[in-house]
Amino acid sequence: MKKLINDPNDVVAEALLGMEAAHASLSVDHANKIIHRAQPPRPGKVGIISGGGSGHEPLHGGFVGLGMLDAACAGEVFTSPVPQQMIAAIKLVDGGAGVLQVVKNYTGDVMNFDMAAEMTASQAGTRVVSVVTDDDVAVQDSTWTAGRRGVGVTVLLEKIAGAAAEQDRTLDQVADVARAVNANGRSMGVALTSCTVPAAGKPTFDLGEADMELGVGIHGEPGRRRVPLAPAKDIAAMLLEPILADLPFTSGDGVIAFVNGLGGTPLLELYIMFNEVNTLLGQHGIRVARSLVGSYITALDMAGTSITLLKVDDDLLSLWDAPVNTPALRWGT
Amino acid sequence: MSENLSAAAMAQWVRQFATLIAQNREHLTELDAAIGDADHGANMDRGMSAVVKALDDAQPTAAGAVLTGVGMTLISTVGGASGPLFGTLFLRMGTALGDAGEVPSQELGTALRAGLEGVVARGKAELGDKTMVDALAPAADALDAALAEGLPLADAVARASEAAATGRDCTTPMLARKGRASYLGERSVGHQDPGATSVALLLEAASELGR
Repeated sequence: MKKLINDPNDVVAEALLGMEAAHASLSVDHANKIIHRAQPPRPGKVGIISGGGSGHEPLHGGFVGLGMLDAACAGEVFTSPVPQQMIAAIKLVDGGAGVLQVVKNYTGDVMNFDMAAEMTASQAGTRVVSVVTDDDVAVQDSTWTAGRRGVGVTVLLEKIAGAAAEQDRTLDQVADVARAVNANGRSMGVALTSCTVPAAGKPTFDLGEADMELGVGIHGEPGRRRVPLAPAKDIAAMLLEPILADLPFTSGDGVIAFVNGLGGTPLLELYIMFNEVNTLLGQHGIRVARSLVGSYITALDMAGTSITLLKVDDDLLSLWDAPVNTPALRWGT
Repeated sequence: MSENLSAAAMAQWVRQFATLIAQNREHLTELDAAIGDADHGANMDRGMSAVVKALDDAQPTAAGAVLTGVGMTLISTVGGASGPLFGTLFLRMGTALGDAGEVPSQELGTALRAGLEGVVARGKAELGDKTMVDALAPAADALDAALAEGLPLADAVARASEAAATGRDCTTPMLARKGRASYLGERSVGHQDPGATSVALLLEAASELGR
């Protein structure tokens, strides 16, 4: 394992120190591992918190700031944060209009956020609503599994719901916008290499030099199948076809097309992928209304990519275009 | 264990569980690497180390309070799915034992049953889903039955431990239907469930103290 670390046990705490030092607009509660806006909550604005295991940076802490999240709770690497963190974050961001929790659909995340909402309701009386993302089409959604995983749509949701909250929409309205994003977004990823969890010190899974894992999860969970490495244009088709078929997306739809890097893939390759995705979408008559290309929801040092499509209407698009000022996403300000 | 459950006995049980978790840390992580995300051993060890430290700092005087304290510590230190699930198990066991300093040994059966119900409510897993419930439910049944037969606590706990171990072994051929392992579908078959393995260690810890 080659990593820029001091001690595997300190990676999360030391990264939070760095984030606080690098970004004057952010403050960090180090005891609770919460990244939050340095400014106190604006009265009347719905607070939005999220969080999850660390290792997906810039998700979620890099999305704290104007137009996006109010606070993010950092768990251990690939391990959900604990209820006490969310309870403290809810208290920090509550401006009197209630708090939305954005939760990716993993068993641990859902349980810990649920416990936080229950404990807050019984202790503080703050209204907390949770919206769960589950956009990964690689996983069969059935009553016999934990359901689909929350992946790329989470980034788009945090941006769009964040904009709705800045407009002083009510908690129910912001939650409805968030649910609409999840309902209209689908994703799928592919790994070219495994990731290496610092505390484990070795790759999470073995993947041959000539193979790739199609449908991989952002923690290195297995995907649909292992297939031989292929040219970018074939990989784009392998990822897009299941996404398009699932919603389904149809000719005439306008979408936000998001080509995401999983942490170990250069932007050069992501733009090659975006070109292929754009061409394929054109062939299907799907209009790319907006695009996002870069590494925004990662799996440590995994090489690979995920594609997310979000079908948008005028409201979602104007919320996407609204000003945002966070460490990882910034425009219009 | 004496025939009454004291705070000291509960603390001894919990400490023994922490020792077994530490000894099996790598084993639990390897089991989790096969069908989960390779952190069960590290997470449980972090939680149980915090539990031992809290007991060193201040040990409650009531048997139930020892267990509720363990539950709160696990919920606030473990994270993942194991934190809420094992936390709930101990919280419900502790709550079931009430506020008395010592409680009759029969109450351990009631407590384990309450813990099981809490885990099922939180995790929504059923018997056969390849989860900790597959070790916990047979253990609770065996403990109830043995205590109802009038067996001494040590013997009853030994039976519960055997039942948990059998339940743990039964998870190997099962198809995972909950948690991260469920993403694997058929590929989860042939692997022992890490959560059920930790439950078996919890009952083994009780049984070792009874000997």
